[in-house]
Amino acid sequence: MANQIPLVDYLELGDQPHLKALECTSCGARYFDRRNACASCSGTDFRSVAVPNDGIVKAFSIVTFAAPGVPVPFVSAIIDCDGTSVRGNIINCEPSPEVVTLGMPVRLATYVLGTDDHGVEAIGFGFEPAN
Amino acid sequence: MSDDIWILGITMTKFGKHPDKDTVDLASEAAMGALADGGVTMKDMGILAAGCLMQSNAGIGQQLQKQIGQTGIPVYNVANACATGATALRTAIMAVKSGEVDMGLAVGVEKLAGAGLLGGGGTPKSDKKEWSPSGRYGAVTNTDGRIGAASMPAVFAQVGMEYGHKYGGTSFELFAKIAEKNHAHSTLNPLAAYTKRMTLEEIMNDVMIAYPNTRSMCSANCDGAAAAVVVSDAKLKTMSLEQQRRAIKVKASILTSDPYQEGCQVLPDVNTLTKNAARLAYEAAGVGPEDLDLVELHDCFATAELVHYDNLGLCEEGGAADFFLSGATWRDGKTPVNVSGGLESKGHPIAATGIANIWEICHHLRGEAGPRQIEGAKVGMAHVIGLGSACGLHILEKSGL
Ligand SMILES: [Zn+2]
Repeated sequence: MANQIPLVDYLELGDQPHLKALECTSCGARYFDRRNACASCSGTDFRSVAVPNDGIVKAFSIVTFAAPGVPVPFVSAIIDCDGTSVRGNIINCEPSPEVVTLGMPVRLATYVLGTDDHGVEAIGFGFEPAN
Repeated sequence: MSDDIWILGITMTKFGKHPDKDTVDLASEAAMGALADGGVTMKDMGILAAGCLMQSNAGIGQQLQKQIGQTGIPVYNVANACATGATALRTAIMAVKSGEVDMGLAVGVEKLAGAGLLGGGGTPKSDKKEWSPSGRYGAVTNTDGRIGAASMPAVFAQVGMEYGHKYGGTSFELFAKIAEKNHAHSTLNPLAAYTKRMTLEEIMNDVMIAYPNTRSMCSANCDGAAAAVVVSDAKLKTMSLEQQRRAIKVKASILTSDPYQEGCQVLPDVNTLTKNAARLAYEAAGVGPEDLDLVELHDCFATAELVHYDNLGLCEEGGAADFFLSGATWRDGKTPVNVSGGLESKGHPIAATGIANIWEICHHLRGEAGPRQIEGAKVGMAHVIGLGSACGLHILEKSGL
């Protein structure tokens, strides 16, 4: 497990990979990037929290045409993880509207995105069907 | 005399490909057209507000002055995503409303023909293969396509799908039917970039860009410009009866941005700011959705048009699919929407869009829309959304003369 790096720093690796967010201690709004003050309530105190790995698909698009260098097709989705909205790809299933549906239960999954010249693996994440 | 503001002159160029004209040529054509339409010249203008989003640091306003009249008036170069044109118009309106000037000119222009997909992508990482976190999220490589999509067709596909998840009633076919309506409407608009009627099958079998949006359900990148002259009530009263008769009253001019909502960091919220703008606009204008004879709304994608029926209060909350299926938004329906053909067929030269949609409304309110005239139109609404986000909303009323 040494020599791994997450695709983004809000992906926590280890035995139980999960996403983490900065939560406003005043109103509970959550952010995946740093904020100087809460966009919702202007509070300035944040704590790191784990985002649940399970959620449901509340919006998706099967992308077949994208900017150069972006591999297609892929399924872009917005996942409702128990009240926290997360953006991620739907993975480990066929990218078709017969398989991916609104309201579908999904769970976080990670995969090796590539290895660099130093043998370091970059770890990406997506959401796979839970059933 | 009142503090009413009027649109005195307004025009749009043909939308489409203009390989022989640059942005200044197009902006000049629109500006000169609007001035002529209002029976005034650059010498009468007290302020110029101009936008060209793709060249937003180029000073399009001053470039335009060099081409049509350097009178030394203040210029505001504005940029506000797809709401740039509406923002330019509102800037001119505010200047007149403040009493600082009695007439102003607003111009929006864009050259986008052949621009391809907007949004997404990013600079590829260097060839030296070593993961190194960078940027706000510490990403080791491009995230577009790996953590969802950044392209506009996919973002707005998800906007429509989110509505479907919340309220039900949506399907690929339903969204395609919205494009079918707009392409049918476009056949009557000689200034639209595309004027071909398309069958539902043709639309659904077109190249899939981002399910459920096929190519013909996406706004068309093209060249174009639009311009408007605004005037104070006091100044208008000194003008000819013909100018007063053709002048269109600005009943509401609203600009909002997106307030915080859960989820807005992962999918832009185009709903709340539109709802807020609609509430403010109806309040300012003293009219309701039932009073609108026609609406031009921001159908950057077929999936977007649906949610704005609801956001603008044209239907009951959650009832957009049924509202559309009732035929209400076809040109012979209860609330005709995008009788110009909308962005899907008229085209979407970004900064021109927020003035061109006002022109469409004015054209009908003046009774000058020819074969596509909505008979007896008295009140209309024009809406634009710039992702990021900005919402421009105008309610317009024909002169009582
Ligand atoms: Zn807060």
